Amino acid sequence: MSLTTLLIQAMATLGGLGLVIGIMLIAASRLFKVETNPLVEEVVEVLPGANCGACGFAGCADFAERVVEDNAPLDGCPVGGFETAKEIGGILGQDVSEAEKEYPYLRCNGGTNCVDRFDYVGIEDCTAVIMLSDGEKGCNYGCMGRGTCVRACPFDAITIGDDRLPDVNKNLCKSCGLCIDACPNDVLMFAKDSEKVHVQCNSHDKGKTVKAVCEIGCIGCKICEKNCPEDAIKVTKFLAEIDQDKCTACGICVEKCPQNCIEMR
Amino acid sequence: MAADVSLFQIFMDGVFIKNFLVIQFLGLCSFVGVTKDTKSAAGMSGAVIFVMTMAATVSYLIYSFVLIPLKLEFLSLISFIVVIAALVQLVEFVVRKNVPSLYRSLGIYLPLITTNCAVLGVVLLNVLNEYSFIQSVVFGVAAGLGYTIVMLMMSGIRERSTLVNVPSAVRGLPQAFLIATMLSMAFVNYFGVIPL
Repeated sequence: MSLTTLLIQAMATLGGLGLVIGIMLIAASRLFKVETNPLVEEVVEVLPGANCGACGFAGCADFAERVVEDNAPLDGCPVGGFETAKEIGGILGQDVSEAEKEYPYLRCNGGTNCVDRFDYVGIEDCTAVIMLSDGEKGCNYGCMGRGTCVRACPFDAITIGDDRLPDVNKNLCKSCGLCIDACPNDVLMFAKDSEKVHVQCNSHDKGKTVKAVCEIGCIGCKICEKNCPEDAIKVTKFLAEIDQDKCTACGICVEKCPQNCIEMR
Repeated sequence: MAADVSLFQIFMDGVFIKNFLVIQFLGLCSFVGVTKDTKSAAGMSGAVIFVMTMAATVSYLIYSFVLIPLKLEFLSLISFIVVIAALVQLVEFVVRKNVPSLYRSLGIYLPLITTNCAVLGVVLLNVLNEYSFIQSVVFGVAAGLGYTIVMLMMSGIRERSTLVNVPSAVRGLPQAFLIATMLSMAFVNYFGVIPL
């Protein structure tokens, strides 16, 4: 067989193979065609693409589909924030107004200030710790510091500090709220930046019990409640709570608190 | 030469003794990349079983009915790659249409089956061992099943070990490699333990 015939045969074989397969693929792509709204693609483009699920849908693509077709809220993506909402509004021809950003705030300052009842040896997970007789901490309401929130955060915004308490990096935080959902003791909550004064305790135990286990827990002494000029603090079940609508951040409660558990930031 | 090898032996070869992931170290990118959760590992394995079986079938037909009669065996590599790429494209269409959530979680790894050396490995080993049509198909299915077993074991172990307190230097990929090492050692035992 001469080289020319071999060459022609080889080219014809590969070409024929490619042609047959190409025709089959074209048929398959017709058969399995997925109808997509072009607007959905555009919305997916402007979304952050983190697929964190904080919007309540299965991922960014799913959210985009719902926004375009099912009237999901335009600002439903907490990660993208206002910028993304504005861009989505631009694509869909709707106006969006800005809401203030919220960050997770830890209602506990226990950590190393709080005594341990036993030495815990096991997997590093707050839920697992709590399942062992309500946790190793003397206080049943506080932060276990085992990093369930750290693992829940898709943006690496939370770290466990030296005081065994989670530390939220506001530059990385996208306000998705996944850490708040993950925390088994509900010590994390959303707080706006404009809300200056916070009670750093979550304990509903009586003052004596709190004092026995934690140096800086709220003992329910009502000193803050009596001293607040705006009537913004209520002590219920031995725990002070601040009504952020009434609070003017005057700082009197922060000064008066004998346990130093009210923080101004 | 290959006719005297029993189908059972070829099957066990594909699944355990010549396991593509932990004995022959083929297709490792998907092994490390898609085993973080069992659901996508299972989806990936399903796609690979399909592609391996179909590739073994189609490439046997092309090799013995087109390439050998025309004495064009040297074209085997390129035509196998064309076949595999087309099959992967087909799988992508089907998965995208029927299981969009799986399509998203597999991401880049689905098209990567095209360049998954395990699939080409099955096809080339079929040619190398001169397997008949039935033997080729059985080897293709077995290789896919072996891939699936190891992928599921790996993803199960990795899912369960996410909560374990390991030194930060080992966490993540190094941990995956250590697990893969141990799995591989377990499978190496099949060389001697099961006499066939």
